[in-house]
Amino acid sequence: MFPTPIQQTSRQWQLTYQSLLPVALIVWLAPLIAVMVFSIKPDADFTNGNYWGVPSSFEGFTNYGRVFFDSDMPRYLLNSLLITVPTVIGTIALSCMTGFALGIYKFRGNLLIFFMFIAGNFVPFQILMVPVRDLTLTLNLYDTKTGLVLFHIAFQTGFCTLFMRNFIRALPFPLIEAARVEGVAEWRIFVFVVLPLMKPAIAALAVLVFTFIWNDYFWAIVLTQGPDSQPVTAGITSFNSEFRAAYHLMSAGSIVAALPPVAMFFLMQKHFIAGLTLGAVK
Amino acid sequence: MTNVAPAISTATTDKRGWYARNQIAVTPWLFLAPGILFFAVYVIIPIFQSFNISLYRWDGLGEATYIGLANYQELTTDRAFEISLWNNVKWLALYLLAIPMGLGIALFLNQTVTGIRLYKSLFFFPFVISQVVVGLVFSWFYLPKEGLLNAALGVVGLGPINILGDPTLATYGIIAAGLWPQTAYCMILYLTGLNAVDPEQVEAARLDGAKGHKMLWYVILPQLKPATFIAFVVTIIGALRSFDLISIMTNGGPFGSTRVLSFYMYEKALAEFGFRMGYGAAIAVVLFLIMLFFIAYFLFSMWREERAER
Repeated sequence: MFPTPIQQTSRQWQLTYQSLLPVALIVWLAPLIAVMVFSIKPDADFTNGNYWGVPSSFEGFTNYGRVFFDSDMPRYLLNSLLITVPTVIGTIALSCMTGFALGIYKFRGNLLIFFMFIAGNFVPFQILMVPVRDLTLTLNLYDTKTGLVLFHIAFQTGFCTLFMRNFIRALPFPLIEAARVEGVAEWRIFVFVVLPLMKPAIAALAVLVFTFIWNDYFWAIVLTQGPDSQPVTAGITSFNSEFRAAYHLMSAGSIVAALPPVAMFFLMQKHFIAGLTLGAVK
Repeated sequence: MTNVAPAISTATTDKRGWYARNQIAVTPWLFLAPGILFFAVYVIIPIFQSFNISLYRWDGLGEATYIGLANYQELTTDRAFEISLWNNVKWLALYLLAIPMGLGIALFLNQTVTGIRLYKSLFFFPFVISQVVVGLVFSWFYLPKEGLLNAALGVVGLGPINILGDPTLATYGIIAAGLWPQTAYCMILYLTGLNAVDPEQVEAARLDGAKGHKMLWYVILPQLKPATFIAFVVTIIGALRSFDLISIMTNGGPFGSTRVLSFYMYEKALAEFGFRMGYGAAIAVVLFLIMLFFIAYFLFSMWREERAER
């Protein structure tokens, strides 16, 4: 193990390390802690210039209550959910199939198609912006959740195909050969042999795509406007202009907006990290 | 009884249907079709369409006029484009700091003490938050009067400085905000990599008297190469994709000093009065070509590995 395990070092360094850990963490998360403190302060603290002192009263419930009952925030959150969940389902469905095709079969153009998916995944959003916006307008889907979902499914399929294909490649191939010898139809091999083995990959991609889509901002402002279909990342800017300079409310609002992916991460940590670090180990 | 029949039929001609006979050749294409269709319509074809649109003057609604390379000619004399391009270079160079910083934190946290798992998760935390919230958090952190940064600087007797209001500092302020989640990402890559480092090699090197930075450089880093490659890929892509933070923190200002190509493109095509889709597309093409240079390199490396595996 590198660096040298702390247990094998001097008592002095062990103590230093143990006390250094929390300090480092507080410094690392300082900007975020600041926002959390802001979000429970009363309005009066800001007018009195008490930014960093002890909050004069605990107003957490009032502030977060106003975010939920006094603004469009719940609507934006619901929009985000209605955009994110269908995208996750659609992307997983498409990429399970593409990953299966590219991972199991040998045919001409296999590698070419695979690399097309990878390359498309790296492209800057701006080169797609004008045509995709135009296409969405023609389909009459501008400013709808569906328009956003369709694009997200298409784009995320690139990354997910890379992931799924590599995952399927690592499965034991004799399993499929055995099924073929038994005369099992190819689509049945997919449904009954490969799909059950893909559960961990599906879990990892589901949390990753959830986070990516929930956090998307660019496409939200390009393809939607207004509280009817905008997700929370885009909605937070109008929320902030509504509560201009009311830092306690803006802080509470952004914490609420950030929370769902955070919850997802802590609940599914293992899968999340497995997905992100794909390929980091040989 | 029933087992006898097939033996006879296969001996003469294959009476199974066309699909059954060609299953293995046809199935992959059936499985690929929906994915390829979606990807082509929304990703591959738009790239070519953008190249085409960049040759037109078009407001997105009316008739588009073909103007050849006039948009690109205009770019060469556009001061704002030049600033954006320079800022992209700054982003690229400074964003790469996330890799050594992430490695540093990973080495710091790669211990087995009580609660270390929670520490790792909390250090990784910034990556999970959306860039919009990171942008907000940092713009409040930088506030001249209310911000924590200036409060801290005040204790040491420095400041106050208005980072986002100063044209010479604003871009660096935004990059610092971007480095926060990016470092977290690189950290998690390296933590995973360090987990897989071969303990026998480390022990052998220790017996040979290697330690500290020599051990890191000659024994550990070579084993972390796959992690470094991925960290490099995601950091480069992240740097060139920077948009959210700029849009949230400064909206390109002060005086356009924090624009990058991705933001300038959006501004020209959609945000300013009178949409200039053609000009925006031309900017996007330039950004795409810069990215293509890296994409080609990444794909080449991955292709080489695919070859090695066979």
